[in-house]
Amino acid sequence: MTSPALETRRLSKSFGALVVTNEVDFKLERGARHALIGPNGAGKTTFINLITGRIPHSAGCVLLDGEDVSALPQEARVKRGLGRTFQINTLFPDLSVLENVVMAVSERQGRGGDLFRPAGSRRDIIDEAYDLLERLRLADDALRPVRTIAYGRQRLVEIAIALGLKPKVLLLDEPAAGVPSAETALILDVMAELPAEMAVLIIEHDMDLVFRFARRITVLVQGAVLTEGSPAEILADPRVREVYLGERRHD
Amino acid sequence: MTKLDRRTAAVHPVDHIAHSHRLRWPEALPWLLIAATYLLFPSYLALGSQVLIMVLFALSLDLVLGYAGIVTLGHAAFFGLGAYTAGLLAAHGWSEPISALFAAAVVAGAFGAASGAIILRTSGLTLLMLTLAVVSLLAEAANKADSITGGADGLQGIVINPLLGRFDFDLYGRTAYLYCAAVLLVMWYVVRRLVHSPFGRSLTGIRENRLRMHAIGAPVRRRLVTAYAIGAAVAGVAGALQAQTTQFVALNVISFHLSAAVLIILIFGGAGRLYGAFVGAPIYMVAQDMLSRLDPVYWFFWVGLLLVLVVLFARGGILGCVDGVRRRWP
Repeated sequence: MTSPALETRRLSKSFGALVVTNEVDFKLERGARHALIGPNGAGKTTFINLITGRIPHSAGCVLLDGEDVSALPQEARVKRGLGRTFQINTLFPDLSVLENVVMAVSERQGRGGDLFRPAGSRRDIIDEAYDLLERLRLADDALRPVRTIAYGRQRLVEIAIALGLKPKVLLLDEPAAGVPSAETALILDVMAELPAEMAVLIIEHDMDLVFRFARRITVLVQGAVLTEGSPAEILADPRVREVYLGERRHD
Repeated sequence: MTKLDRRTAAVHPVDHIAHSHRLRWPEALPWLLIAATYLLFPSYLALGSQVLIMVLFALSLDLVLGYAGIVTLGHAAFFGLGAYTAGLLAAHGWSEPISALFAAAVVAGAFGAASGAIILRTSGLTLLMLTLAVVSLLAEAANKADSITGGADGLQGIVINPLLGRFDFDLYGRTAYLYCAAVLLVMWYVVRRLVHSPFGRSLTGIRENRLRMHAIGAPVRRRLVTAYAIGAAVAGVAGALQAQTTQFVALNVISFHLSAAVLIILIFGGAGRLYGAFVGAPIYMVAQDMLSRLDPVYWFFWVGLLLVLVVLFARGGILGCVDGVRRRWP
């Protein structure tokens, strides 16, 4: 039996007495299209940060491809195929869109530390980054500094950088956050074209997007898994309505 | 990519990035000016050598501060280490200048790597204070070890052999000037290669967004320590040049004052642009020369005022202004 692309076992995080992630058992299968939902403050982003190693966990473990990576620093987990995007744009604002992606491709190929060969001489890296921009319909903005392009397109650069890492597991932290609803279609298009073998976990508040994209959904409430199932099961689950969907009606 | 694409777009984005490290004609300007100074102002070559040394020193800081974004008030520690290394070697019989430059680079670079590995675990104000602490500790050590360094009297008895065994360091400073210019040319080439390398680009990435560099798998701290050590080595070469061309090392080569001066030079010229050092150092040194004659007591006040104006109205320094003008009138 093959191991899941990503797995957490009893993963926990507490700040003093405050438990923000509570013994989460979670499996992300290969090629999964999985969504993590839950009310504000449920600990979704914390869960992502624990998986990537951005913050240290308190107990439990994280497995990538069946191997325990809990003790590894962020960069080692990235090298093992874990890519992520950020809820708040985390880009290189003064660099061009193309350079933003080149940076990721260059690191993935292990060339980021090269001291003397000009970065420009690695045409293969730049070509690969540019191809990615074309796929994400960002090629027109290739030379513009990231801070000067529209917010919705900056969200696409977030995804482009993560894809430049050719991850086996991609964690998308609210890819459509702050994007006007008219433009979310663009992001959904890009997500629909992600390679089939890539395991994708998405955190999203836009339920429309979640139900169109995800084939499995996990509901996180107060740092613990409430339930997991297919979109239909989640929609039908009265507990989910109570804590999550019901709450939205009061917004 | 088809030929048609190439013609319709002015420059294809891929080409634009792939050619970004090519030399452009304005990059010849500093070297023409350095040559012109030699020919036109033969009586100012002593000051000229000092300017070239400060250019090199500020260039080393540009790598650390302008590219890697490490804010430091302790960069003179490395300049001073280089100066004392070259000075002590020459005072104890190692009078060949070029090998002494290498020795200075190694000593300063090793100290940069060791101290960087410790203090670069921190960031922000803590890091700023630690850089200050390192230079202060080193300055006090040099002061106390007066049997070796000469302490407050300075290190004397420096004897430098003719350059390459042929060119004496003459009274007019011609050899010294050309020597400094040649070393600067070599170091400029090295630093330029570095900043255009993937490593140099990743330093810019760390400066722009450290969080993202972690998230794309870059070993951030190792890159920073490497940059800090290389910057230290280059600063050490500048310090060694100073010791060799003036044949004297005073305690002020390791000081907060000098650290601040080189920072001001870089801010004047424009940090993170490779050429800020070439613009800032001559302006600062000539202004210092003129102001200290016009107003010997309060000349530093005018430097401070200039700094306030630059920081308020010209964030990118003088080169930043030039860029701004070029953008408006392309």
